[in-house]
Amino acid sequence: MAIISFRSDEIHCKIVYYGPGRGGKTTNLITIHKALGHQVRGELLSIDTAGDRTLFFDFLPMDLGSIGKFRIKISLYTVPGQVRYNDTRKLVLKGVDGIVFVADSLEARKGNNVESLKNLGDNLHDQGKSILELPLVLQYKKRDLTGSRVALLPVEEMEADLNANGHYPSFPASALKGDGVRETFKKICMMTVVDVSSRLLKDKGMSLTG
Amino acid sequence: MADLILTKQTLDRIDQVLQSLLTASGAHTVLLIDKAGQLISFQGTMDQEKVASLAALTAANYGATTAIARLFGEEEFTLLFHKGKEENLHFSNVGEEYLMITVFNNNTHLGLVRLEVRKGLEHIEAMFAENLRQWFNT
Repeated sequence: MAIISFRSDEIHCKIVYYGPGRGGKTTNLITIHKALGHQVRGELLSIDTAGDRTLFFDFLPMDLGSIGKFRIKISLYTVPGQVRYNDTRKLVLKGVDGIVFVADSLEARKGNNVESLKNLGDNLHDQGKSILELPLVLQYKKRDLTGSRVALLPVEEMEADLNANGHYPSFPASALKGDGVRETFKKICMMTVVDVSSRLLKDKGMSLTG
Repeated sequence: MADLILTKQTLDRIDQVLQSLLTASGAHTVLLIDKAGQLISFQGTMDQEKVASLAALTAANYGATTAIARLFGEEEFTLLFHKGKEENLHFSNVGEEYLMITVFNNNTHLGLVRLEVRKGLEHIEAMFAENLRQWFNT
């Protein structure tokens, strides 16, 4: 749930990185945290990882500066990807304004991607939200392994699995090398801010710039 | 969970309530957040950088505690208390969607903090209702 404060002219949004376990959601946040200057980012908070697996969530608050008269503040979260932590995922998803779905390009993870996207749809439905109406960006991770001995899913096949109607924007990415991470982040921020502001300001005859 | 639009008047009044809660209870920091972990307002001496983390962690902590409550057939636990050697935290539900966190040290007592928090909560709950009315009437 977004918060718009008319005293300080701030908009606060919540963006969640969702996806199957070991997909690279936390690595996305680490890369964003490293790439941005001190004035933009807050502290990256990672909660209790057991053997590098996220147990609760990661959290990164950011101040993106101003658009028009509003200052945009964004909180990034990741969810634990492992199937058994669905209660925690539901908790983190509460009040979400935008989602990045991080899909794993490894061929062996094809089923996990589809299952996780379905799980996201179900969890949003429980909150009374529709996956089709919320800003969502797909990210196909681990593309840097192309040409290695590891079997990767072709991007076209991942699109067919997860984005058959081409409804969502998608980006190939490698969080370790940093490719695509920034593009994904920019896109979801833009979509989320536009969605929140049009939802909340339009009926009052206001816009971000006016 | 609905979006929240806060008018200047509401935020000013929330800050007044939080400030008088601090004065009356002897606590050093008080935060008002939503259950999604977003900060609505804070008053006090706590390091600004830590405030965002505290808000996110509290919302998650509260969610986990609610899951525990359900194991015992309770719908939720409406208040939580963490005691440290120097610092103590008191968490309380504000209506359905918000939480108030009060941070205090050994200069004051839990009983006083609880009493003042309860007074502050009544004001803030009324204000949220008023804020909604204001927004829809503008």
